[in-house]
Amino acid sequence: MKNKILALILTILCAAARAETVFVTLEKDNALAVVDPLAGKLIKTVNVGRRPRGIAISPDNKSLLIAVSDDNTIKIIDADTLKEIGALPSGDDPETFALNPKGDKLYVSNEDNSLVTVIDIAKKKVIKQIKVGVEPEGITVSPDNRWAVSASETTNMLHWIDTKTGAIIDNTLVDPRPRAVSFTADSQQLWTTSEMAGTLTILDTKTRQAIKNINFAIPGVAADKIQPVGVVIDNDRHKGYVALGPANRVAIINAQTYEVEKYLLTGQRVWNLAFSPNQERLYTTNGVSNDISIIDLETQQVTKSIAVGTYPWGVAVKP
Amino acid sequence: MMPASKLFFRGAFNFLLFLQLLNIHSVCAAAEQVIAIAYLTQVQNTPPPLTILDPFIKDKGLPGAELAIKDNNTTGQFTSQKFVLKKFIVPVNGDVTDVFNKNIGDKFHYVVSLLAKDNLIKIADSASAKHTLFFDAATQDDALRNGQCRSNVLHILPSRAMRADALAQYMMKKRWTNWFLVIGNTQEDQLFADAIRRAAKRFGIKIVAEKNWEHTFDARRTAQSVVSVFSQTDDYDVLAVADEEGQFGEYLDYRTWIPRPVIGTQGLVATAWHRTHEQWGAIQIQNRFKEAAKRWMEEQDYAAYLAVRAIGEAATRTKSNDVKVVQDYMLSEKFALQGYKGSPLSFRFWDGQLRQPILLAAPRSLVTVAPVEGFLHPKTELDTLGFDQPESTCNMAIKQ
Repeated sequence: MKNKILALILTILCAAARAETVFVTLEKDNALAVVDPLAGKLIKTVNVGRRPRGIAISPDNKSLLIAVSDDNTIKIIDADTLKEIGALPSGDDPETFALNPKGDKLYVSNEDNSLVTVIDIAKKKVIKQIKVGVEPEGITVSPDNRWAVSASETTNMLHWIDTKTGAIIDNTLVDPRPRAVSFTADSQQLWTTSEMAGTLTILDTKTRQAIKNINFAIPGVAADKIQPVGVVIDNDRHKGYVALGPANRVAIINAQTYEVEKYLLTGQRVWNLAFSPNQERLYTTNGVSNDISIIDLETQQVTKSIAVGTYPWGVAVKP
Repeated sequence: MMPASKLFFRGAFNFLLFLQLLNIHSVCAAAEQVIAIAYLTQVQNTPPPLTILDPFIKDKGLPGAELAIKDNNTTGQFTSQKFVLKKFIVPVNGDVTDVFNKNIGDKFHYVVSLLAKDNLIKIADSASAKHTLFFDAATQDDALRNGQCRSNVLHILPSRAMRADALAQYMMKKRWTNWFLVIGNTQEDQLFADAIRRAAKRFGIKIVAEKNWEHTFDARRTAQSVVSVFSQTDDYDVLAVADEEGQFGEYLDYRTWIPRPVIGTQGLVATAWHRTHEQWGAIQIQNRFKEAAKRWMEEQDYAAYLAVRAIGEAATRTKSNDVKVVQDYMLSEKFALQGYKGSPLSFRFWDGQLRQPILLAAPRSLVTVAPVEGFLHPKTELDTLGFDQPESTCNMAIKQ
């Protein structure tokens, strides 16, 4: 009996935990798509401003931050009501940004001005602007809050910014056109993708040098179609996942042996990635086929694709 | 007790050692590697204006090279490399060979050339160009990439054959496979017409009629009456025009006898760069260029940009300014240059041509990008455009 009650409670808890919402920015629709991934349904789309791209959810899951590039701002949107509750001075044409673990500071790439802008979210104020290489794009903050790393696409470098001082401590030359950067949960490694070389590079945070360079090869797909973009690694550093752009596939990498284990066919020009809160699923935005794919990570299969609107760009998940 | 002479020598030796150390120290302090690039062009006579819409641009190429130097040096400041661009602008009647031999050859290992074919060949063959690598940012000539190729010349802009192939692929997709070819009266127009015929043969397009333009270039007289009469021929799907100087091609659209679109040097054009292009981060460089140059980026600007960026990319990766090392790397499979066109750019080792996607653009809209989906190639689809290795009559690797 006790067991039955426990099972029931667990079931209820699980059901509650599974009620997640996926938010997708739609670059060409000037809108945000709200998706119920478990029902496999687009719930609604709401207007958010011109050319929305980068998106993140606050650590308390209460607000969404969305870079509305052509409005030159990052909007703060209530994650429940989807009403705009504020806007941040992001500098021109914001595209990608990263929140620090506390969720009080934002690091924004200003591609046109070769700058990283640091914003105090509560005060809605720019604290610092840091000169980096040409066309900074990918940006991330280490989970231990030691580093903010900016990747400049044309300079082909990772710039290691000390989060305390805002100074660049080191620069690492990587393969052509680095796009996304992502730390492992333990902050010990940084993974970065190179769109033009078609590679994934794994760096040791201590030395800030590459420890592994991974090539992708897919039978029947020309090498120059393999253009890695988004990259995420699961919490126990068991597997990493890389979106391969116009190769229309997500690569699964064994994060211990660094072997590419599998390629999963998703939508066209697969772009950005986000885990479900329990890391059982992966959501991908597919820029050309205008949908998102849901990957079941247990079975390593694409279980569903959901049409969301034109040019899906970024993705964030609310538990 | 040492003899005085020995002491002196030891003292002198120590002093020399000290000097040597000082010297090493100063080298280390300045440990910057300099990569000097010459930019060479010749002023052209301003042609009579064809339209008030597009003013004649005198400095095509230069702002592209300057932007790339800036980009290279941004990387360079982190890698202790310094890229320097020196301009050489030869007057209209000046002697290019003379300028090259006196000021560039033996002094610069990298030259970005905006010269026409004949001048380029002349200087590339000169004795002082032995250790010089040229980046041709101006010609589209197929002969220069085949029988007349030089092992020390790399070509940035797509050749005429690549452009014609790009057009043909898209026309195949549209199934507009019957072409009416109209050819202007310059030698270059003949070469473009040759490329069109070659592409037609390659992709199974039929040229149903061919005419040479023999009329005047006066819009008032030509446009209405002459074009509608001139364009009466067997039925066709598209009119392909070869008029590189743009003397009459613009008059054809909307004035032909039957309603047919125009492609080629006017109408739908095949180009390395276009102001309508904004995908794959292109909007970024369009903005950066416009801010610096106060005008749109032209093809030659893009080519000069890529040339200098290619040098930067190879020098940074090899950590070298040695022209042999840089050239070997550029022609290797490792080389991948970002060119804002969705695919990594690289050089064809057999003829030094930069392989790249080609934009098919109407004046205010980017229509598509070649290679068009469905045209396959065992190595890279980019090699479906232009002379592939088995067809090439140049083999730089062997000629070297």
